[in-house]
Amino acid sequence: MHIPDGFLSHGLNAATFVVSAGACTYGVKKVNQKFGEKEVPLMGVTAAFVFAAQMLNFPVAGGTSGHFLGAVFSSVLLGPWAALIIMTLVLVVQCLGFADGGLTALGSNIFNMGVVAALGGYIIFWSLYRLSGRSPKGFFVALAVASWFSVVLGAAAAAFELAISGTSPLVIALPAMAGIHAIIGVGEAIITTTAVSLILKTRPDLVSCFHKQAPDSRLA
Amino acid sequence: MRNQLKGFLWIGLGVSLLLALLLSPFVSSSPDGLEKVAEHHGFAEKGESWTLWQYAPFRDYAIPGIKNEKLATALAGLIGTGGIFMIAIGLGKVLRKTKSSRNI
Repeated sequence: MHIPDGFLSHGLNAATFVVSAGACTYGVKKVNQKFGEKEVPLMGVTAAFVFAAQMLNFPVAGGTSGHFLGAVFSSVLLGPWAALIIMTLVLVVQCLGFADGGLTALGSNIFNMGVVAALGGYIIFWSLYRLSGRSPKGFFVALAVASWFSVVLGAAAAAFELAISGTSPLVIALPAMAGIHAIIGVGEAIITTTAVSLILKTRPDLVSCFHKQAPDSRLA
Repeated sequence: MRNQLKGFLWIGLGVSLLLALLLSPFVSSSPDGLEKVAEHHGFAEKGESWTLWQYAPFRDYAIPGIKNEKLATALAGLIGTGGIFMIAIGLGKVLRKTKSSRNI
């Protein structure tokens, strides 16, 4: 889903850059208020895991591959704003270090995979988790659904950007991007729920969303 | 910074480094979702026409100069994962400490 240079118009890239930079600035403020001793190393490990896992392309239908995104995964561990910072950091390193994603499209890539996938995905997760009455089962359903949506909505945002830039009309780009990422999103949901359940089994205190909101025995 | 990393966090970092080192050379090399859509609908070449940033040291997730592609990818993955870990720890420390910081 990393958009290279040349796909999007400079005007659109400038607009998404402003939005992404604004969101990151606010995110820095929020993280600044929240982060303590425990969160700093967890942020390092989460970012490392997201980067490593994003390298692992798995095959999906029709000679296409997809990879883990990690936006909702990071959100439930450290909160949506830290997740936005982590996604931004990963995207900057991928762009400057590995030529993955164009420098001119960086603002758009952060918008799609950070603002839309991490913040948007978290809103979906949080809403569903609340609706479920914050049950442990509801947590995993919310996590799976939000992970799937984070990938599909991020891809849909990219389709809108392609259309606005005049690269590909929306009637073509949107179904094509949403369609293939609907399959990749299933992989995202499986990896996210598996990874989070492994962490919950060993170190439940590291999953900030589960702990704070779940009426589990520790809080009751 | 390291003494704060206990037990599970070390395991998490170890797993991430091993994923990058051992699995990254053997993953699917098919185009990703966006690349496939671009190929299929005839705008892929727009993305290959130019790049603003020409200085990426590990272009295409490979260390230049290493002939064995799998080794080049594995080492690039290892460097990237370790590098991201250290940058994120550093960033986390800055974000935690400076109360007046409003910039990235």
